[in-house]
Amino acid sequence: MSLKDIIAPFSVWKRAFEKPYTTRKPLDERPGAPRFRGFHMNDMDTCIGCGTCGEICQNEAIDLVPVSGTRHGDSGLRPKIDYGRCCWCALCVDICPTSSLGMSNEYIWIDNDPEVFRFIPGHDDKPWNNSELGYRKAEGYDLLDGKRVEMPMLSFEESRKSFIEMVQGYSVEQAKAEADRCVACGICVATCPAHMKVPDYIKAIRDDDMDEGLKIVYNANPLPASCGRVCSHTCEYVCAVKHKGEALSIRWLKRYIIDQIYLGDYQKVLEEGEPGNGKSIAIVGSGPGGLSAAYYLSLLGYAVTLYDANDKAGGMLRYGIPEYRLPYDQIDKDIDYIQSLGVRINQNTRIGRDIPFLTIYNEHDAVFFSTGLTDPYGLDIIGEDLKGVIPGLAMLDDVTNGITPDIQSSVVVIGGGNVAMDAARTSKRLGAEVTVLYRRREVDMPAEEEEIHESQGEGCILITQAIPLRIEKGDTTRLKLYWGKAEMVPDGPGRRPKPVLIEGSGEMIECDTVIPAIGQAADFSFLPEEISSNLSFKRGYVEVNEFYQTADQKIFAGGDIANPQRDAISAIANGHSAAKGIDIFINNFSDNRNTSGENQ
Amino acid sequence: MVDAKKQDVRSKFPPVENGKSRYNLNSGKYLKIWQGPQHPGVTGNMSLELTICGDEVVDCKTHVGYLHRGFEKLMERRKYIQCFPLVCRICVPEPDFNEYLFAVCAEELAGIQVPERANWLRTLTLEMARLASFLMWIGGQAGSLGMGTIGQWTMTMRDYMLDLFEELSGGRVYHMYIIPGGVRADLPAGYGERVESTLKQVEKVLKDVELSLMHNYVFKKRTKGLGIITPDMIDEYGITGPNARGSGIKRDIRKDNPYMVYNQLDFDIITETGSDAYARTWVRLKEMYQSIDLIRQMMEKMPKEGPFFQKLPNVLHWKIPVGQTYHKSESTRGEYGFYMVSDGTELPRRVYVRGPSYTHAVTLMERLAVNTNIADTAGLMVSLHTYPPEIER
Repeated sequence: MSLKDIIAPFSVWKRAFEKPYTTRKPLDERPGAPRFRGFHMNDMDTCIGCGTCGEICQNEAIDLVPVSGTRHGDSGLRPKIDYGRCCWCALCVDICPTSSLGMSNEYIWIDNDPEVFRFIPGHDDKPWNNSELGYRKAEGYDLLDGKRVEMPMLSFEESRKSFIEMVQGYSVEQAKAEADRCVACGICVATCPAHMKVPDYIKAIRDDDMDEGLKIVYNANPLPASCGRVCSHTCEYVCAVKHKGEALSIRWLKRYIIDQIYLGDYQKVLEEGEPGNGKSIAIVGSGPGGLSAAYYLSLLGYAVTLYDANDKAGGMLRYGIPEYRLPYDQIDKDIDYIQSLGVRINQNTRIGRDIPFLTIYNEHDAVFFSTGLTDPYGLDIIGEDLKGVIPGLAMLDDVTNGITPDIQSSVVVIGGGNVAMDAARTSKRLGAEVTVLYRRREVDMPAEEEEIHESQGEGCILITQAIPLRIEKGDTTRLKLYWGKAEMVPDGPGRRPKPVLIEGSGEMIECDTVIPAIGQAADFSFLPEEISSNLSFKRGYVEVNEFYQTADQKIFAGGDIANPQRDAISAIANGHSAAKGIDIFINNFSDNRNTSGENQ
Repeated sequence: MVDAKKQDVRSKFPPVENGKSRYNLNSGKYLKIWQGPQHPGVTGNMSLELTICGDEVVDCKTHVGYLHRGFEKLMERRKYIQCFPLVCRICVPEPDFNEYLFAVCAEELAGIQVPERANWLRTLTLEMARLASFLMWIGGQAGSLGMGTIGQWTMTMRDYMLDLFEELSGGRVYHMYIIPGGVRADLPAGYGERVESTLKQVEKVLKDVELSLMHNYVFKKRTKGLGIITPDMIDEYGITGPNARGSGIKRDIRKDNPYMVYNQLDFDIITETGSDAYARTWVRLKEMYQSIDLIRQMMEKMPKEGPFFQKLPNVLHWKIPVGQTYHKSESTRGEYGFYMVSDGTELPRRVYVRGPSYTHAVTLMERLAVNTNIADTAGLMVSLHTYPPEIER
């Protein structure tokens, strides 16, 4: 013991004269740190209700509850947080694909009603809703990947010379890496016309379970090899991951599953249909709508006979889409499997010409027709009937049939849809110089963005706001096309501006071929008067109910002639619905049976 | 339990049979009292069942089970990323070691390399946590021996450290900052200056503490010779950390198995030879100075910029390949370890947490408490620096 040991303890007294450290009014004098994980806030306009926050929450504190109004690509749900369970880890903020969730730096929330602590951030009025400070996901830290695994593609130099498929498909590693980006929110399922269970088959890819993947795909889509290539992929436009950058390539992942399995193995994986029930159904047109109806009807035990006017089945998939986008062997793969279920396809049989519609109407228990849009619109200008003016569809049809169309060395395609792009790119592959004229702006083009991009990459020249005026015989070339510049005039709220010709503007292109591809109309001439007078038509469409049943109870219709979306996947969905509708109509339907084709 | 030769009739110690003391409570010689689970002298939610003779402890039995939350089991039902907010709760006053060890186990099994800067930021957090944890402990050590003033000073300083954590991570107590893949955020602007000014304050208080506690006659009198850990007990009980270093054993994982950036930092293992509570207090006090020094070194040597997070596979369905691993780090109490087994699914098959407090508070305490005064058991227990939450994962 030293003297120091006695004296030293008294040194604590020196602090008796210091100011206390305690903050007397902590709420006023000391706000939370800028990063403090306080109370949740949510930007209602950015949130899409994908539910990823609820998915990652380890306390199950987040429920997704409906709020008013649903936009496109929005589940209409919003996270409701239970502060009795929340542990303020902010993983919900970190994973939020839209970055709509955040936290304020508020410390204290006092209320005597325990119910208020279960609240919908952003929706319920809270003082911190517009707080600038508080926890946000830091830059340089991200739990999700917004970058798509790049798809191996042919270069434009190669692609414009041949009809080889441009998109080469994912490898196993690439597909798994791409599938890994999925957050399984299911907004895509709601958006897909056929309501394919996208997150489930993407999970099958992650699990490397191709059989399971095939089953899930076939539950809602019997043409996956084709759809995996040319689907209009509305799913990808609403993908939650798209808010982080690029959407998942859902379409190509579906293709990946199909590419992994030989046609010969399908039967081992997919369920067998029900035994025959003695009823027979006629289907007119073997496009996606007809094939889809045929598949699901034959699973339900119906004898299905398909009538098709062309050499081969597939409809627009085969005759409208060029080989470099959808190779013929892939369409064959889809159709061969449907045929293997016992569907009879009568090729080269045009109803109305070879067999009267009434014959099949009377012979079968129900008729489904999905004949598509086959009548091209005319340009309605002088010189339209000159030699060298070839409708886009006719030209694509020729190429499929192995006939080289007479387009010579320079081509002008008129139109901005997918048919126009296909015609332009096919002409390019046949060696022609191609110019595309479109009367509105590039943003208005109905063709898919990638088609526009690829056509330009391959060297097609795009001229927008151009209205064709007349076609004349050319001097050095076969034709001369005169066109005028258009200006965009607003056409009332909610409508896209319409192109109006600028008077006095006029230009001319010398070319050998003009390919109009400005849309098509349905041809109902195969329907006899006594049938068509019973059906109702509206703006060129057959009117149908939710099961795609027409006014004549025995007749069902689907595809481009019955729905305005006019794409393959909608037609497939129509065919599926019609199959259910026919089943109900024939009184074969029972609740106990699974009509969706799902596994029992 | 008790040495056999002490057992004569006049001894206060009851006879030992088969390793257990036998005493007759009806004899009037012995009394059984419970210290805890609600007792200021017990370091949290556990209790001591003391058998006393007069005011001397002749037998001690420790009881745990008041704080069982089943984290190890909960983790088996959660995805890896969902375990991340869970693990910090295993040890409340010093959560960062759990975060670090969980992250590093998952990273090793998944084959993920974290960026260099993340390692610096992680080490910085761990040292800050060490300082904050010791500041709380020294208040307890002084308080348990009746010097509550010192606890008030150091708890204030701990709060200033927590302010730094709040600024860095967004949370004061549960930081949830070290995540598999790196850390969640970079240092805020001007953070270094605020760290330095806080460290200066802490340093000043530590000097005052040193003067008024370590040179305090009462403190010396009561802690010298209290709870002697002899070198042969070290390996018998598996004693690590300052408890071992207070007995002259040079054992520090930061030096023995350097992890993260410790091999780039300049420091020595601090040891004392007293083997008693007083020596352990010195070790911890010196380690607080050392932590301050290490934090300063890190703020100096740390790369000024660079990535701090390595992209993970999608955490919503992150599968970690089959494997098992054990990682350990030097926490304030000793060797803190995580043993993780993955079966290749999205959920960990098993996560085992090795908290040093299990050894120190449950078994070692039973031995050291014997032959102390009742009034000293609190000081003894705090001198072992135990946190019951990590005993019961």
